Amino acid sequence: MYKILTKEMLSPAICRMKVLAPRVASSAHPGQFLIVRVNEHGERIPLTISDFDADEGSVTIVTQKIGASTKEICALEAGECFEDVVGPLGLPSDFVEKLDGELAGSRYIFIAGGVGTAPVYPQVKYLKAHGAYVDVIIGAKTAGLLIYKEEMAAVCDHLYVCTDDGSEGFKGMVTGLLEKIVLEDGNRYDQAVAIGPMIMMKFATLTAKKLGLPIIVSLNTLMVDGTGMCGACRVTVAGKTRFACVEGPEFNGYDVDFDEAMRRQGMYRREEIEEDHKCKIR
Amino acid sequence: MANKIPRVPVREQDPKVRAANFEEVCYGYNEEEAVLEASRCLHCKNPRCVSACPVSVKIPEFIAAVAAHDFETAASVIAEDSSLPAVCGRVCPQETQCEGSCILGVKGESVAIGKLERFVADWSREHGAKKVEKAQPNGHKVAVVGSGPAGLACAYDLAKWGYEVTVFEALHKPGGVLEYGIPEFRLPKERVVAAEIADVKAMGVKIETNVVVGRTVTIDSLFDKEGFSAVFIGSGAGLPRFMNIPGENLNGVFSANEFLTRNNLMDAYRDDYLTPVMHAKKVVVVGGGNVAMDAARTALRLGAEVTIVYRRTEVELPARREEVHHAKEEGVEFRMLSNPVEIIGDEKGWVNGIRCIRMELGEPDESGRRSPVPVPGSEFEIEADSVIMALGTSPNPLIARTTSGLETTRRGCLVADEDGVTTRPGVFAGGDAVTGAATVILAMGAGRKAAAAIDRYIKSL
Repeated sequence: MYKILTKEMLSPAICRMKVLAPRVASSAHPGQFLIVRVNEHGERIPLTISDFDADEGSVTIVTQKIGASTKEICALEAGECFEDVVGPLGLPSDFVEKLDGELAGSRYIFIAGGVGTAPVYPQVKYLKAHGAYVDVIIGAKTAGLLIYKEEMAAVCDHLYVCTDDGSEGFKGMVTGLLEKIVLEDGNRYDQAVAIGPMIMMKFATLTAKKLGLPIIVSLNTLMVDGTGMCGACRVTVAGKTRFACVEGPEFNGYDVDFDEAMRRQGMYRREEIEEDHKCKIR
Repeated sequence: MANKIPRVPVREQDPKVRAANFEEVCYGYNEEEAVLEASRCLHCKNPRCVSACPVSVKIPEFIAAVAAHDFETAASVIAEDSSLPAVCGRVCPQETQCEGSCILGVKGESVAIGKLERFVADWSREHGAKKVEKAQPNGHKVAVVGSGPAGLACAYDLAKWGYEVTVFEALHKPGGVLEYGIPEFRLPKERVVAAEIADVKAMGVKIETNVVVGRTVTIDSLFDKEGFSAVFIGSGAGLPRFMNIPGENLNGVFSANEFLTRNNLMDAYRDDYLTPVMHAKKVVVVGGGNVAMDAARTALRLGAEVTIVYRRTEVELPARREEVHHAKEEGVEFRMLSNPVEIIGDEKGWVNGIRCIRMELGEPDESGRRSPVPVPGSEFEIEADSVIMALGTSPNPLIARTTSGLETTRRGCLVADEDGVTTRPGVFAGGDAVTGAATVILAMGAGRKAAAAIDRYIKSL
């Protein structure tokens, strides 16, 4: 059992939890994920790691209510427990492998969408600690859905915000804001990283390509075990089938077949709607 | 003469009924049936069944005890060599091992050794028969990676000899393939698997779930930070193989591992569990091993019409004979000498068929089996809304990649000798992680040999 130390709602549909999982906390790196199970009857739900503290033995996860299982997660309170927490899973971000001196002075731009903003945070923190220059774009439909603004502003060089409806910051999509920052404001970057909904990562990649900017994306595919055993997470990258859980979750955006990845994400939509419906009438 | 008695048939669920439920297919022998079947054993002076058993269970000895109505003795005879008899009695390929060597099988039918083993194990569990004695703790710690058959067998022996054993399991439930791979209707989870694991725990073995060795901890950290004197790797053969044909990433195409894990480990077939599974109408399963049979029979129970496509003939099917027989009885269709060339999808990216080519058997390959060759121009299509690939697995590279000094073969298997000794001192390995996909009993045998080697290694330090 893995105790929830703190819980807060970041928006009506997004919650942040700090969970006691000492083994995960002491091995975690930016870019990795973990899998939780609420109870004996629950699904194994992959979530990106939003922060980790080896001394405290805690990991931070951010969950958005989407289906039956994520609603169950968000219904848990501090003091309650997850039945299971396993991780860290997947490969750390590429930059974790780089030598200390290599990162100093490199210029990163992060493009974060919705709940995908949370896992950007440990990456920015790591890069800043290793001397990189880091700007961050956070996008959401509307101001009320923006998360991690203060946290991100505290660690990055420059924070840009955009909302689809213009209720806060730049009015428009992250892609529009990225183009503006690079083309109009004249900012130059060595590397872009996009984490968010698959559709956002697809278009962020197209924009990055147009700008001649290399881009890494973090794929939130379907998973069961998360250790390479089932292949539910397979994605086509550079024409080859790869397992996002063990060979990812981060890949070169240029190489990812996003249309296939989006189609595969919807594989159990019908079953999920039924499950969700059942829960409501229970 | 004893061998005049025909082999006692085992009671099973009616095929029509069981094709729609997940209850165990085989009911097993009752006491009377077991005693009668046991009386058929000739008690050969030189029992070939024992040497054909990967863990050398003293078969004539336990059968003699069954014949004498002394089931408790039978259980303790088996327990000397096997830590998972209720499992092995159900899933071993007896026809190629003990029963395949039984002298009675030459002219008639072999003794039903598997069914007798199962009877003794079930009887012993239900009657709480006395278990094997445990030695005094010797103060040495051994880590076991993976709680499948290899790891459990290794842990059980080491604990029996007084070692402090911790098993690290990546999933949330112990059992490995017994839990995620083999379906409930063949191997009941609560009644059999959980009970056998409880026996291993009762021996003092600690099982820590949710630890992925290579990620959560490493082999090095187990030695350096956690004070283990030796490590046994029984991490299994995890990665599913695909064919690399067009259409394999369409919606509705699954590895058998995914399909079975959803059903077995995650209980997706039950309404009260949240994990979804596709309830397809027409399923094609590609492959001819036990895993293919398990996937086919699971899909059938979820309401599908099921066809197994296999590139060789029935003679070459690697599955246990009993599984093929059961699958046929339940209504699974077999299309032999057929090999998929493409999976066909609809405009939305979902499977709606599979294109195969007919095969004929050519010259024997290095495995001695005649290798199938395609018949030009013989393509045909089978309608399907789901395709399950049961083509075997390859070892998970995670541990080898994160452990220095641990060599692997070209196929990614860990290099280890007969006793499980790897290229790194103090690290032992066995089961599918070494051999590639094989059987429960071979993994168990490897776990036991490695346990003995670990004992010798630690005593030599």
